[in-house]
Amino acid sequence: MKFFEDIRVGDVFEYGRYTFTADNIKTFAVRFDPQPFHVDEAAAERSHFGALCASGWHTALAWMRLMVDYRRRMGEAMLARGEPIAGIGPALGFRELKWLKPVYVGDTVEYKSEVIEMRLSNSRPHAGLMTFRSTGVNQNGEPVISLVSTTFVERRGAKP
Amino acid sequence: MPKLHWEDFKPGAVAIYGPRLVTREEIVAFAAEFDPQPMHLDEAAASATLLGGLGASGWQICCLLMRMIADGFVLDSTSMGAPGIDEVRWLKPLRPGTQIRVRATVLDTRASNSRPAMGFVKFQYEVLDDQDAVLTTMVSSTMLVRREAGAAQ
Repeated sequence: MKFFEDIRVGDVFEYGRYTFTADNIKTFAVRFDPQPFHVDEAAAERSHFGALCASGWHTALAWMRLMVDYRRRMGEAMLARGEPIAGIGPALGFRELKWLKPVYVGDTVEYKSEVIEMRLSNSRPHAGLMTFRSTGVNQNGEPVISLVSTTFVERRGAKP
Repeated sequence: MPKLHWEDFKPGAVAIYGPRLVTREEIVAFAAEFDPQPMHLDEAAASATLLGGLGASGWQICCLLMRMIADGFVLDSTSMGAPGIDEVRWLKPLRPGTQIRVRATVLDTRASNSRPAMGFVKFQYEVLDDQDAVLTTMVSSTMLVRREAGAAQ
């Protein structure tokens, strides 16, 4: 990851896409969120969703995995250029998570984040806090998820 | 047994779900699948991070919470899902070998203006460790079917 000082409000990180299938929707939901409309096509058809749809946690975790992979690629590219890389995390939490539309079988969601605030940490002098809004948009251009998270990012020269 | 409807949730009601033992193996397996950051995968790498040692992904805590409340009451209710999560705070690390419980408190309930057949119940969830320390808090609303759709307010 870039260092705290090298990240600006307005910076955008594009993470890529994830496609939801009946198989991965049900596999996730059976483990973590086994409500009928996430695990059973017939029950989902009878529900207000009208068809099998992904757990909102699945929609969020697909973002998390793509983001972690993106940060790893960024770090590897920086190391290849001989640049030091900054530590990131842990996150403090998140807020305003909205599941804006159901995610159905066959939907492909594209995820990205935009930095909305950078501030120094009172408790951790070697780190700053990055707040960013992340969104996922389906293949029809409709937002399906949005959330705001805050995480520690290492400051330049912080390492002893 | 009749399912829990919107009317069955009263502000101030508290319930405890669990316990659930969280093992090192499942912390590492979850991280490898969904959140492969060193602080969730490897003790030595984790000790060099601000987490100060191996700890579960915060998202794993959310998923554990979801599963514990699903088994605790959601699957016995008329849940229509949730429109989102107001807030999650990861206050303390979840370390391997911790037995967690979830304390669910009903904050408030309101009927839906646009959909008279349903209402919202707002919960505060606290994930507790063996010593009752609060590791994570979450505030979110669940949509539930009303027993008497569109009844007068």
